[in-house]
Amino acid sequence: MSGYNFAYLDEQTKRMIRRAILKALAIPGYQVPFASREMPMPYGWGTGGVQVSAAVLTPEDRFKVIDQGADDTTNAVSIRRFFERTAGIATTTATRDATVIQTRHRIPEEPLREGQILVYQVPIPEPLRFLEPRESETRKMHSLAEYGLMHVKLYEDISRHGHIATTYAYPVKVEERYVMDPSPIPKFDNPKLSDCAAIQLFGAGREQRIYALPPYTTVASLDFDDHPFDPSRADHPCGLCGSVETYLDEVIMDDAGGRMFVCSDTDHCETRQNAGYRGKDAG
Amino acid sequence: MTPLLSVQGMTRSYGNHLGCSDVSFDLYPGEVMGIVGESGSGKSTLLNCLAGHLTPDAGSVIYDTRGHGPRDTVTMSEPERRMLGRTDWAFVHQRASDGLRMGVSAGGNVGERLMAIGNRHYGDIRGHAIDWLDRVEIDAGRIDDRPVTFSGGMQQRLQIARNLVTGPRLVFMDEPTGGLDVSVQARLLDLLRGLVRDMGLSAIIVTHDLAVVRLLADRLMVMKSGRVVEHGLTDRVLDDPQHAYTQLLVSSVLQV
Repeated sequence: MSGYNFAYLDEQTKRMIRRAILKALAIPGYQVPFASREMPMPYGWGTGGVQVSAAVLTPEDRFKVIDQGADDTTNAVSIRRFFERTAGIATTTATRDATVIQTRHRIPEEPLREGQILVYQVPIPEPLRFLEPRESETRKMHSLAEYGLMHVKLYEDISRHGHIATTYAYPVKVEERYVMDPSPIPKFDNPKLSDCAAIQLFGAGREQRIYALPPYTTVASLDFDDHPFDPSRADHPCGLCGSVETYLDEVIMDDAGGRMFVCSDTDHCETRQNAGYRGKDAG
Repeated sequence: MTPLLSVQGMTRSYGNHLGCSDVSFDLYPGEVMGIVGESGSGKSTLLNCLAGHLTPDAGSVIYDTRGHGPRDTVTMSEPERRMLGRTDWAFVHQRASDGLRMGVSAGGNVGERLMAIGNRHYGDIRGHAIDWLDRVEIDAGRIDDRPVTFSGGMQQRLQIARNLVTGPRLVFMDEPTGGLDVSVQARLLDLLRGLVRDMGLSAIIVTHDLAVVRLLADRLMVMKSGRVVEHGLTDRVLDDPQHAYTQLLVSSVLQV
């Protein structure tokens, strides 16, 4: 690790990012601009999350990276190796052992505890972006809490599909104030955002925004009175561990329509299998 | 009787170039005021200042609010002004695409103001939208179509429905019939006249089309070079113009 400052970024940059994080924690759900740096990976691969992780990591931390719930996909492996090399910190795949968890598109199934930090990679932080392209206007809408437009999107969903068809990046309202994009996590994970014991930090590298949820923040998913929020889930048990409560990935097995459903959170699934739970497809 | 809107000394310039200068008038509930003048005479500047889209250099706009009586909308806080703008006021743009969300269905367009003021019941919102599409003579079967698939006249009627759904008391219109062919114009004017009478709306209509003000407006202001050169009852101004410019304007209209 010689030749690199601890966790790759220089201390001035980390200080700048920590300031943004503190401000974000003080105003839950508010998008704080920060001077995002070039990272040795392309935009869209988690540059925002990596910068936030670099700013919060200490030499004593144990680091976990998940990508779509899995610890062993390319993105997760390369980011984990990146911090092994540049920070020399310990890593783990076990949710309960980790102190900092960087994630793309999932919240771990196992409830997080106090002292943990969950870092989200965010592609587009502005929940109103596809409805209102002008940044000046969306900022004004946030500052004046004019969020009728967000419901127009949900209205359009219902009128076109008969139900709210947004299944990921489902907009939430934080402490009755800011409307926030929870990053592209499935709406199944939305209830876990609320009243979470861990600190949740959101980093968008290309868009240069950081926002945050301090522990035990109330987060409500937007909905209509007659079309309430529904954290839907595939109606199957996990093929490997038999769980009926977790979020599932659908895996195509052959050309004859064979498919199996498995937990997207690999660590949670393996922990259950080691404890003796078995699904119908387990060997 | 308290005027609904009382405008005093409204002035706005763009650097050295004058937009409008020292315009004052009162508008009473249920009254329709027409503003005519040639291009560049400052009528759109005036309208945008009144509606809060532009900040005037000087002057006041006293509006008789529902809750708190007469208030100066120029000095009230921005959230209050924007709240007025989406509840008690309406603004009909010349080009429907400026006033509509072209990527959102007709129903969503009509429902937006309702959702903005806190309606969270899908069935209610849709019911209102169907009701309003019917009132502006758009087939309820088009409720889930986007405005890009509508004709120009339909877009303009949809824009009116979207604006009137919250039951505003004051409507600003910037050339509402501009760019429409004459038969569509006639139908739109008919519709507007009906809505203004039925809902007891007050309106300020900016136009360069004298036929529009003849049909809709009770009173008329004629503007030239940023100033009001003549004002009075519409029929009086059009039938017996006093100012040289008004005489020119009235005589320029082709008699078919």
